[in-house]
Amino acid sequence: MATHNLKHALFCAIVTVVIAYPILGLDLVAQGTQIGLEGATPTTIISIFLAAGIVFLFQLFRDNIMGNLGKLPKLNPLSGREPMPAEKRAKVEAWVLTAIIVLALFWPFVVSRGSVDLATLVLIYIMLALGLNVVVGLAGLLDLGYVAFYAVGAYTFALLYQYFGFTFWMALPVGALLAATFGMVLGFPVLRLRGDYLAIVTLGFGEIIRILLNNWTAVTGGPNGIGGIPDPTLFGMEFGRRVKGEGNTSFHETFGIAYSGEHKVIFLYLIALVLAVITALVIRRLMRMPVGRAWEALREDEIAARSLGLSRTAVKLSAFTIGAFFAGFAGTVFASKQGFISPESFVFLESAIILAIVVLGGMGSQIGVILAAIAVTILPELAREFSDFRMLVFGAAMVLMMVWRPQGLMPMRRIPISLKRQE
Amino acid sequence: MLEVQDLSMRFGGLLAVDGVHLDVQNHEIVSVIGPNGAGKTTVFNCVSGFYKPTGGKILFEGKEVQGKPDYKISRLGMVRTFQHVRLFGQMSVVENLLVAQHRHLNTNLLSGLLKTPDYRSREKRSLDKAAYWLERVGLLELANREAGNLAYGQQRRLEIARCMVTEPKLLMLDEPAAGLNPAETNDLNQLIMSLKEDYNVSVLLIEHDMSLVMDISDRITVINQGRPLASGTPDDVRQNDDVIKAYLGEA
Repeated sequence: MATHNLKHALFCAIVTVVIAYPILGLDLVAQGTQIGLEGATPTTIISIFLAAGIVFLFQLFRDNIMGNLGKLPKLNPLSGREPMPAEKRAKVEAWVLTAIIVLALFWPFVVSRGSVDLATLVLIYIMLALGLNVVVGLAGLLDLGYVAFYAVGAYTFALLYQYFGFTFWMALPVGALLAATFGMVLGFPVLRLRGDYLAIVTLGFGEIIRILLNNWTAVTGGPNGIGGIPDPTLFGMEFGRRVKGEGNTSFHETFGIAYSGEHKVIFLYLIALVLAVITALVIRRLMRMPVGRAWEALREDEIAARSLGLSRTAVKLSAFTIGAFFAGFAGTVFASKQGFISPESFVFLESAIILAIVVLGGMGSQIGVILAAIAVTILPELAREFSDFRMLVFGAAMVLMMVWRPQGLMPMRRIPISLKRQE
Repeated sequence: MLEVQDLSMRFGGLLAVDGVHLDVQNHEIVSVIGPNGAGKTTVFNCVSGFYKPTGGKILFEGKEVQGKPDYKISRLGMVRTFQHVRLFGQMSVVENLLVAQHRHLNTNLLSGLLKTPDYRSREKRSLDKAAYWLERVGLLELANREAGNLAYGQQRRLEIARCMVTEPKLLMLDEPAAGLNPAETNDLNQLIMSLKEDYNVSVLLIEHDMSLVMDISDRITVINQGRPLASGTPDDVRQNDDVIKAYLGEA
């Protein structure tokens, strides 16, 4: 065993203790009006040192352990299999996706209200992530302020309802179009920027929108937010116990069934599902259209794209606008689902999470992004006991993914195009 | 077709190009040669709109184009390749050719989403054109490969095909033979000749290897240290004393 290994292992063990002790061992406790710092319980200290010991041993014998791991038979019995031919694969995928969508249509009627509520949130994140995927994954424009467009969509509905009595269905297109307009407005000043510079400007834009909503108390209600946002109606039928809107009827009375709070939740879920499917299909087509190819060309090599007659302005603006459009969609659904919105819901962390979904899923890959959206939204709910360490686990997952699978869960695959030989 | 008059380009205190004249007629291959650092690529960058020249005029089909944005110049029918191949590396070979045909396609979002007949027919036409040019440069079998994974010589050919699908009037090639072996260089020369003969495209070529351009060029302009040195048919240039001095040094 080389001394170099011993030194390294010792160092790693010390780092483990230094990091773990303050995070796990120290507790802030309120003592009357003061806040005191409390030391760790003996069990925590023992487990921290145990962990340090494990890290030490692993680092010391790392070469042996990793070498032996490599000799183990492959865990996945299918890993050596030949990939399916492209056409067959496309067919199988189409069938599986249709089956999943059909299942998703009937699924809410058999599960609990909480699950349906969570699933609606998942669908909102899917819409957001698919939209951001256009900007970041396809056009290669790093946007850290994406949540601003989400906020624009949500606040458009809330404000239009509050001041003009708009319903969900009237506000949905308006919210999406207004978000798209904001996307275009943001697009102009950042046309020349790339990479880090672009990221910083978009970050600033996201904060501007949030702070504006927070401080323009006269219109937006400031930090108090806006409440009482109505639920969507089905052809003028409301899902509440009592009818609120003029000329509306209530859903349970029209169909002569007993009132149940679940109807509303399921209806919202179905709206979100339809919108998410529309989002996915539209973006899928866009990717195969000239505009989608232009986005990718700009990401790959801007100079070459321009030398072939692509206008940087048009291509970048279209990516920002279309990405923002779908965020506006998601925002309107979100406002209706929550019934109450405040600037709290649109902090930078939201942008970061949506971006993380896109990166984890695989830039440009729709299926990957959808899977990642499901995972990132559901896992924290399943692991409620560990909620204190949510961000820690999230961060660790990001680091591990970037080390082992930097291309994402399911990297983007190119669709083969068949060509006819020309005479 | 293309006329460059008294072009100059200054970067701060450095006068990279000074008083260069150049003209390309229809159906002609013109080469710009000169030692490394002579300013050939700078001339190219000015003509194709990547730089805004500090002086002089550039006329394309009688219209002044100096200072216009690069993508507009390219749409006029003047398309270039690059000294270091610039493909869309993660896109497939055929997608590279489809991107290049962007302005021949129906780019209206709605007609694309609804797949209108006009959209389909244009899309089909551009696929056929892509197939034709891939066949022409011998890459049809590799159509769905990632462009970045092609061999270097194939990438060079793909870049030329990508320019040709835009239906240019003038093709500008920046050291197209750099990094090719003698056999590939020979193929390339034949391809360039055929572009002129069969597709009626004028070619403006940059090379620093003189022997290469002598066979195919109709006329040659020599640049040295940003200044025009000589101009004429390959034979004139070969016998010009100034050119020999610049290339071989003074005896």
